Amino acid sequence: MSNQIENSLVESLLKEQFGEAIRSVNESYGMLDIVVKRENIIEIMQWLRDSSLLSFNFLTSLCGVHFPNNKGEELSVVYHMHSFANNKRIRVHIFFSQNDAVVPTVTNLYRAANWMERETFDFYGIKFTGHPDLRRILNMEDMQYHPLLKQYPLEDGTRTDKDDKYFGR
Amino acid sequence: MVKVTEAPEMYTGEGYGLTRLEKIVGLARANSIWPLPFATSCCGIEFMATMGATYDLGRFGAERLSFSPRQADLLMVMGTISKKMGPVLKQVYIQMAEPKWVIAVGACASSGGIFDTYSVLQGIDKVIPVDVYVPGCPPPPEAILDGIIKIQELIKTESFRRRESDEYQKLLTSYGIE
Repeated sequence: MSNQIENSLVESLLKEQFGEAIRSVNESYGMLDIVVKRENIIEIMQWLRDSSLLSFNFLTSLCGVHFPNNKGEELSVVYHMHSFANNKRIRVHIFFSQNDAVVPTVTNLYRAANWMERETFDFYGIKFTGHPDLRRILNMEDMQYHPLLKQYPLEDGTRTDKDDKYFGR
Repeated sequence: MVKVTEAPEMYTGEGYGLTRLEKIVGLARANSIWPLPFATSCCGIEFMATMGATYDLGRFGAERLSFSPRQADLLMVMGTISKKMGPVLKQVYIQMAEPKWVIAVGACASSGGIFDTYSVLQGIDKVIPVDVYVPGCPPPPEAILDGIIKIQELIKTESFRRRESDEYQKLLTSYGIE
């Protein structure tokens, strides 16, 4: 496509606009992958959305990731954005500590973020400040923990017919 | 004349037969089960085969599936039940009228199966009482038929007083029903 926007152009525009707020820029399988500072996430996403050239108008996905060995920055939130006009996608990461799992909501930019942030809260316990209705969405309301945090076992504690010694545990 | 089923043990004479009412009622119930299929996954597919022409559950008097719990005798739970589905399943069970029976078809309904995980109910007997468990992943239609025959045996031999007994009430109470 002749009017394809190059990754390098997006990168230079972002660095020009936000400078230090862009922590690193990578490219995997042709997709631009930027790591930004948590406190700048709203303005960066708003700029990516509202830029008349880039126009990342669609939030494809929003999810959490837990890296327990990445001390001080155990948790991550990943935003996948899509520009319909340019047929282009971009991935935006933020990293932060498990002890400070608070992220500003992007529901004011994208209505689609509502349920995705609820899901991320449900599974990782990440609090999205400003979210209109932050409660569990997929798991039971009375669940006491956030099951995709890796300190919790995958298995269910109520299993009665399984003797661990037969499974090498 | 088509012989539908064997008569129960009777004292017979010319033109009459004597037996217990319980046995007659049990016989009628056992051969006219209205099952409620609660199918959530692959065991449900096996159940479709069970209802089909080759295996034909209708031969056992269970031709008519009931999709309303109000008019069902047998709750057939076939498939993985997530914890979030648990209260729904329990509600369906509570809505069924006595006498009622439950069959857990397949590994997931019986014990959680391979899904030993935070989101899956580790066997439906965590929320409702179960009469017959059918093993398999998924069980073939023959196994489901075997489970139905076992249920029929239970129905035929069940005493009228069972549902009134303290033991039965205690069982329901232990599940928080009534």
